[in-house]
Order: sequence, then structure tokens, then C-alpha cells
Amino acid sequence: MAGNHGIHKWKWVIFFLSPSLIGLLVFMVGPLLYSLRLTLYDWNLLSDPVYVGLDNFKDLYHDAEFWASFKHTLTYIAIYTPSVLALALGVSLLLNRPLRGVAFFRAVSFVPVVSSWVVVSLMWKWIFNPRYGLLNYALAQIGITGPNWLFDPDTALYAIIIAGIWKDIGFITVMFLSGLQGIDESYYEAAKIDGAQMLQRLRHITLPLLTPTTFFALIISLINSFQVFEQAWLMPEDYARTGTSVVVEQIVNYAFRYNRMGYAAAMSWVLFAAIFAITIVQIRLQKRWVHYDL
Amino acid sequence: MTESQLSHAAAAPTAAPLHLNKWIVDLLYYAALILLSLVMLIPFAWMLSTSLKPTEYILSVTPQFIPNPATLDSYRTLFDLMPMGRMLGNSLFVALAGAGGQVLVSAMAAYAFARIEWRGREIVFLLYLGTMMVPSQVTLIPLFILIRQLGWVNSYQGLILPGLFSAFGTFLLRQAFLSLPRDLEEAAFIDGATHFTIFWRIILPLTRPALATLAVLSFMQYWNAYLWPLFVARQEIFMTLPVGLAKLQGGPRALTQWNVVMAGAVVTVLPILIAYLFAQKWFVRSVTLSGIKG
Repeated sequence: MAGNHGIHKWKWVIFFLSPSLIGLLVFMVGPLLYSLRLTLYDWNLLSDPVYVGLDNFKDLYHDAEFWASFKHTLTYIAIYTPSVLALALGVSLLLNRPLRGVAFFRAVSFVPVVSSWVVVSLMWKWIFNPRYGLLNYALAQIGITGPNWLFDPDTALYAIIIAGIWKDIGFITVMFLSGLQGIDESYYEAAKIDGAQMLQRLRHITLPLLTPTTFFALIISLINSFQVFEQAWLMPEDYARTGTSVVVEQIVNYAFRYNRMGYAAAMSWVLFAAIFAITIVQIRLQKRWVHYDL
Repeated sequence: MTESQLSHAAAAPTAAPLHLNKWIVDLLYYAALILLSLVMLIPFAWMLSTSLKPTEYILSVTPQFIPNPATLDSYRTLFDLMPMGRMLGNSLFVALAGAGGQVLVSAMAAYAFARIEWRGREIVFLLYLGTMMVPSQVTLIPLFILIRQLGWVNSYQGLILPGLFSAFGTFLLRQAFLSLPRDLEEAAFIDGATHFTIFWRIILPLTRPALATLAVLSFMQYWNAYLWPLFVARQEIFMTLPVGLAKLQGGPRALTQWNVVMAGAVVTVLPILIAYLFAQKWFVRSVTLSGIKG
């Protein structure tokens, strides 16, 4: 090709690549390396940075508040992940049936996904209001006295998890829907001939063939839920905060409220390490349960 | 016997009850789908309804779905409390500039990776993929320090530029560019066209769906973003809608005016819902492809 060799080629490579490359170096790779270096310093942005070696990590190890936030994040993940995957699977099976008007229902289930976390958090905060909220009113109609939700450190985290599940169902659902549509129809034809009932077909064909999608959805929701922030930051009432602080919230607090940049950077690397570790574990485990064929 | 004959033979003896069965199953599906839609839509309906109520009707223990009397007072209060018009403009500008910029920069880089052959291309591309794994919290602190050093706190470039250079965008578009046949540009090169002409006149028009997907995703991320703009836009005149909306919540002792907060939520969510209504397909595609929550 005329333009594809010699000096001309390099001119074009530089022309096309440099905006992105320079941008990534300045706003991504540079900050990434800088963040790693920052973990070795004590710095409040005003006075000179003080080199402290690994002290930030040592302090972090003894920081009960940080580990509490880590535990809240893990609790969030432990309830959120299986619930959202199971519910999304159910919804995708509902939405996969070729019914008239199903497109409408698909569109509706995706509306929370396009809404911002801030809107969803405040909307649910109002619904969870123990006296004037919709939820406890509905519970009262069936004879249940609802808890104080976001006013109570013992229940606030669960309210946040419920809102999180509600927001993300549609997002995992579309993943499952595309997975379902990728399953070859001939498997079902064959099963019908063998007289397999609906539930048998679900168990022996749909679920196994959906495991690659499930695996992908699991990885994505784990990565996302480790980074849970807006809902935990905006939803709880102040006195319930101790029961809901999550890792990212601690990072934000230490960086922007207490001005301890190095310490906050160390926290962010612990978060990164946790995400990395769980992703690797999942990839290792996938051989045991992910089927790419029947 | 052919397959269809087989299945026909199996179904024949119970044809009539099976037919009835299908009808009942469909009905059950519809019931479940309607329930699902109610769960997804009632929170939004409650948000809208609250925003239309006069303040003295908000704190009523029996919820009232149709506001009576309905009033736009809370919207008036909202626009008095905050420069909402300005914030709406900020959100629109930041999201449009961010989406446009990201598509352009990513498309240029993707062209260098997909349509020009050069030494070291594979290694540079692998490094690009590597940056996709880093959670944004890790670069948050150094990025903020950088923006502060540049004097970009309270500026549009501070809001837009750091999010513009996504390796993911390059990755997505590279896939699309690679799918076009190699000899597509051959004739144009013989006629003396430059790489820029090929990029602008041939590659971009042919990959519009992928460009639209990335544009929608990027628009949505900028529109819904909270954490970054929270620290970059300290002055109201630079705030985007989610930041302004979150500020409407009362402090520890102040009473939150829920009708005003819900009016703010309606103003924040309405533009993206309208966009979603018109570009559903692209929204769904972009979110599934990215695996990133809104």
C-alpha cells in the first residue's frame, strides 16, 4: 500500500496515536505510578511530603475502621452478587419468551441501569424512610412493622444492598439475554423429542450452556461491587454511617477530608489487590463449572 | 422419519390440552412481567409524585400516588435554591464534549492499531489493555493532585479531560475497524488518498454503529458521574446535575425537603431517559459491551 511504508507511515502512526497515547500517559499511567510512590509518603498537600516507607501499610493493617469498611464491602458483595445473578437469570428467562409486547418489558427493566446512582440513591432513601416511605407503608399493609432502615446501623447496609440489586438487575439481565440467544435451538428440539420437561430442559441444557455468560457476569459484578460507593455515601442517615462505610468511602475520606494522601493511596492499592486476587481466583475456578459445550 | 414428523407424532395425542397449557403459561409470564415492571417503575412514579406535592403533604403517613393538589412549587424552590439551568447546561456540555472527544481520540488510536502496520504495535496495544484493569479509585488521588497543580479545579477541562482517554474505547473501535476487509482502502490509496482521507471518508462512515455505541456509553458515564465532579467542581457554576442534586440533601440537623430533592432527581434523570427512549438499542449494547455500571 502506497501510504503504508517508510517515513510516511510513521508520520501517520504518530498523528493517529499520539492524542490517545499522550492522554493515557498523562491521565492514567503517570497517576498510576505516582499513586504507587505516594503510598510510601505522608503528605497533607500543604507541607512537604515525608518519606515513611511501608508505615502506611503497617498503619492500615492495624486500622480497625478500614477493616470494618472492608467487611461492609464484603457483606455487600456476599449478598448482592448471588441475589443479582439469580434474579437477573429469572428475569432474562421471562424476557426471552417470544411474547407480544416483550420489547416493552425489556426496555422497562433497563431504565434503572441508565439512571445515575445519585438519583437512585436519593429515590430509595425516600422510599426507605421509616415513617413516610413507601416501603414500610406497603409492609404495614401485610401486617409487618418495617425496620428503621437507613436510620439504624444494623439495617442500613441491607437497605443499600436492596437498592443496589434493584439498580443492577437490568444490567446483568441483558448479559443473560444475549447468552440465552446464543444457545443453539437444536439442543431444545432434541430434548423435546426425548420428552424432557421445561424444568429438565432448564437444568440440563439452559443452565450449563449459560455458564460462560454467568462466569462473565460474576466477574463483572464482583469487580463493580468492590468499588461500591455512591449508594453507601448518599443513602444512610448520619448516625447509621458506622454500619455502612465501604472501602471507597474510606479512601475518599482520608484523601479529601483528613488530607492524608499517602494513606488513602495505600488503601486504594489494597482495594486493587483485592479485586485482582478475586478475579484470578475466579478465573482459576472457572474450569470446574464453566461449560463451553454440552 | 424427519425431525418435525417425530415431534408432531409425540405431541399429537395431547394436542388440545397442550394448546391450552401454552395459553396459561403465557398468562403466567405476563403476570410476572407486569409485576417486574411495577417493581422497576413504582420508585420512579413515587419520585415524580413526590416532586409534585406541596410541602405540607409530603409528610403524610398514608402515601398518596396521585398528588392532589399537584403543584410545581418544589420545582420553583429548586430553581431558586440552585442555578439549575446552569447545572443542566454544564451536564450537557460536559457529557457532549466528553463523548465527542472520547469517540474521536479512540477512533484515531484504533485506526493506528487496526489499519496501519508498524513495529511494536502489539506491545503498545497490550499495554493499552493493561490499563483497563486498573480501578479508577487508584488513580483518583494523584489525578486530583495533578488537576490541582494545573489549576483546573473548577474548570471544564478538569471535568472532561481526565475521563477522555479510555483504552476501552480504543479497544472497542479497533474490533470494529478490524472487521472491515483489508483491500477496502487499496483503490483509494492508488488514487493518492492519505490515511486521513481513508479514516475520515471510509472507515468512520462504515463503522457508525460502533461509534454510536461508544458515544452513548461515554455520554452516559459523563452524565451520571458523581465522584470525580464532586471534587473538581467545588463552585456551583461548574457543578453537574448529580453533584448539585446530592447537595440538596439536608445536613445532620436540617430537614430534607423531599419534594424539592425529588424534583431535582426528576430534572437529573429526565434527559437521559429521553435519550434512552430514542436510542435504546445503543444504550443496551454499550452497557453490555462495557460491563460498566452507569
